Amino acid sequence: MLEVMILSFGGQGGVTAARILAIAALNEGKFAQAIPQFGAERRGALVRSYLRISDRPIRRHSSIKDPDVVAIFSEKILGIVDVSAETVVINSKEPKIKGRVYYVDASSIALDLGLISAGWPIVNTAMAGAMARVFGFSIESLKKAIGETFSGKLAELNVKAAEKAYREVKEWNA
Amino acid sequence: MRKILTGNYAVAEAVKLADVEFIAAYPITPQTTIVERLAEMVERGELNAEFVRVESEHSALAAVYGASAGGLRAFTATSSHGLLYMYEMCWWVANSRLPVVMAVVTRTIGPPWNIHTEHTDILTLRDTGWIIAMSENAQEALDLTLLGFKIAEQVNLPFAIGLDGFQVSHTAEVVDVPESLDGFLPKRERFFVIEPGNPITVGGLTENECSMTIRKEMAKDMERVGELVRNSGYVRDYDLVEEYRMEDAEYVVISMGAWCGDMKDAIDILREKGVQIGMLRLRFVRPFPKEFVEKLDCKVLVVDRNYSVGLGGIIATEVKSIANCDVHGIVAGLGGVDVGVDDFVSMFRKFVRGELKGWWP
Repeated sequence: MLEVMILSFGGQGGVTAARILAIAALNEGKFAQAIPQFGAERRGALVRSYLRISDRPIRRHSSIKDPDVVAIFSEKILGIVDVSAETVVINSKEPKIKGRVYYVDASSIALDLGLISAGWPIVNTAMAGAMARVFGFSIESLKKAIGETFSGKLAELNVKAAEKAYREVKEWNA
Repeated sequence: MRKILTGNYAVAEAVKLADVEFIAAYPITPQTTIVERLAEMVERGELNAEFVRVESEHSALAAVYGASAGGLRAFTATSSHGLLYMYEMCWWVANSRLPVVMAVVTRTIGPPWNIHTEHTDILTLRDTGWIIAMSENAQEALDLTLLGFKIAEQVNLPFAIGLDGFQVSHTAEVVDVPESLDGFLPKRERFFVIEPGNPITVGGLTENECSMTIRKEMAKDMERVGELVRNSGYVRDYDLVEEYRMEDAEYVVISMGAWCGDMKDAIDILREKGVQIGMLRLRFVRPFPKEFVEKLDCKVLVVDRNYSVGLGGIIATEVKSIANCDVHGIVAGLGGVDVGVDDFVSMFRKFVRGELKGWWP
């Protein structure tokens, strides 16, 4: 079983990203759980959301304490949280931290496509694209999941964001 | 069809599949997304039900009472303080023999203000005459809601389905949603009819004996529930309990709700180390699965996520009144305090060694 923690600021779409990836995991024939931070989520505040992916039914419902993967939706989060995980996926032009790091400039991808809300780039689908690549999901499973989550033009743009990040995410080991 | 759904959305899907005709509810976290989703379904015309917004939970269940007495299939949902606010109406619904179905998304009763799971709220229903079921996951939340309508309408008793706040209500997971019910849920039959031009009295002043007779008859019908659950004809088989790795168990854990999934993972870990441990998960609290508890012949640990101040864990107290073997009770996870697989591994180890105290942590 793979356990993932997503660190985002409220409004960046961390909870939605977890949900989309759970649907993508189902499309891959796997079992998944998407768990929002239990409690109040507020715009701008640090939000933790969680994701479990497994080949077998997932029975546990307790919180994830020791994630295998941490996804970081903003570099600024590194100044607030001490991140430790075997694998990190980060929204950044550079790897930023040591270890096995996957990095992608999700903010630019979202801005270029006009995925903006109240002045912020909404990076959830770009980051979902990067994470799907790290988890070994097919891009089709992810596109289908995005199609179920958004409709019309918004679905189209979000699929583009996910595809771009899926292609562009880079691995770095140090 | 397999979908990713939260427990709350799974309940809403079940209500839609059941062709519920009347819904009244008042929002309260973590229940709110059930009736939010239902309101959307009604608005889009996916569900042909009357949705009545009310000013309180007491009114919500009062409206549902009226609709159900009038013959409609009716549903509501609440949590914690909302359940306490409608408590008087819970008794009206039960003693009037109305087959109302209600989802109770379990939440700690304050103060202090706390929105996280604890089972003390749903257990306040235990003396009312409601059938009480407790789901482990979103799939069961959906299935038990559908079973709820079937059983409630067979015995004319109301049915409450518990879902752990957030852990089941807000966790999105894989749920197999039936495409259709294939006659599983026929149109509701009424054993009394209120209609214009033919007035009858429900709940009026009576001889004292009448009150006693009503409770005795409710008890008789409650006794039928186990058999009806086992023979419901639903796509998945259900019973009042789930027996997990009980075959040769020397130690048995009794509990209910979402954390039973964590307990199963812990039991698997201990089994690999040669500990003969299993679990009797209560899927129903009312009727209490007495026959399963009576036949236990081993050391029993009851893990309660509820507490009756002055006595102890409520389920442990009930199990002790029935079991013919050693029963140890522990109270854990009150106020939503997180208790997971690692906790259960060390809790069960201590139990096996005879070192477990009454509270965790």
